Amino acid sequence: MSAFVTLLLRDIRLAARSGGSAALALSFFALVATLVPLGVGADLHLLSRVAGGVLWVGAVLSALLSLDRLFQGDFEDGSLDLIALSPLALELTALAKIAAHWLSTGLPLTLLSPLLALLFNLPGPATAILFVSLLIGTPAVSAIGAIGASLTLSLKRGGLILPLIILPLLSPAVIFGAGAVQAALDGMAAKDALGLLAAFATASVLLSPFAAAACVRLNLGG
Amino acid sequence: MISSLTAEKLACARGERQLFDGLSFRVRAGQALAVEGANGAGKTSLLRLIAGFLAPAAGRILVKTGDNESDDAEERGRQVGWLGHLDGLKPQMTVGEQLSFYARLYAVGDADLPSVLAQVGLGARAEFPCRYLSAGQRRRLALARLVVSRRPLWLLDEPFAALDTSGQALVSHLMARHCGDGGIIIAATHDPLGLGNESLKL
Repeated sequence: MSAFVTLLLRDIRLAARSGGSAALALSFFALVATLVPLGVGADLHLLSRVAGGVLWVGAVLSALLSLDRLFQGDFEDGSLDLIALSPLALELTALAKIAAHWLSTGLPLTLLSPLLALLFNLPGPATAILFVSLLIGTPAVSAIGAIGASLTLSLKRGGLILPLIILPLLSPAVIFGAGAVQAALDGMAAKDALGLLAAFATASVLLSPFAAAACVRLNLGG
Repeated sequence: MISSLTAEKLACARGERQLFDGLSFRVRAGQALAVEGANGAGKTSLLRLIAGFLAPAAGRILVKTGDNESDDAEERGRQVGWLGHLDGLKPQMTVGEQLSFYARLYAVGDADLPSVLAQVGLGARAEFPCRYLSAGQRRRLALARLVVSRRPLWLLDEPFAALDTSGQALVSHLMARHCGDGGIIIAATHDPLGLGNESLKL
């Protein structure tokens, strides 16, 4: 088994055993999606119009809940020193952690989204686009989140600063993701918005490990 | 195998504070170096410099392997077996899982893990969650990880900390064996290593 897969599996196992960060994210997502229809009222047309934006913002905020621990747990207990000395490059270490975060948080949020779309009276085709957009876009949330998590690694209460750093960077994902759902609702092709979202997610996943690794190096030296 | 590690005129600063300057030493294969000094003198910083976590403010660290001599920090880091003052253990994982994880991460195979656990006195604890280990047992598991890493350059930060008499004897035994096998040890410590070693006062 490669060092990359070893680290990936360990992080997924830790996420599953740490009181369920995925369960926390899913619960938060479900609560947001339940509260909005209660606040907006029983205007089904209005609910379906806002569904894309609300569910995308809900998914991003839910994924944020566990992002601050992406590197911090390993940093605080000394594991990050040992991982940094392993044959696995720090860039691949960051990529393994991004993948583990997506598999334990982003993917479950995506799988839950069609169920929550029912609360917004979202039609079937638009629900399918929502699902696909989250499937394409949530890896970008984990990837860009990794940059913020590595930047705030040695800060006490860095988790409070983290959203301020990464939410502006995630606005393209929300715009393209919600835009794709809106296009589907209007009976237009969503492929343009999905294409832009895929490009954004690909660039994020390819580039963020380098940025995160550089920030981790700075923090290990500090 | 590393034949020597040489520090030339090393300087280290943390923030505005100069910890040391002009520090030079050489440790050859089979030798140990005890780094001594008061709290805050820079012992841990020196170990982190050697491991490559920190860049020196001045000077360089050379590692000689055969005829090749390199000052590449990343390359040097791949030779380092690290025992920091933090144990690097996850409370959610068992003793066996923890050791197996590092064996796989360091690509050294996990066939001899039971015997290493037995060596450090944790042979019966392989299925035990790390959260239930005492401080001394955690240190023993960290020692097991050090042995399993099979790295030639051991950097040890207070290796005797949290250990009882038998644990301290175990550390001494492991260090003597490592030096006997041609390894190098640099240890930040307040206690004598008992290896007839050189010492460096910061």
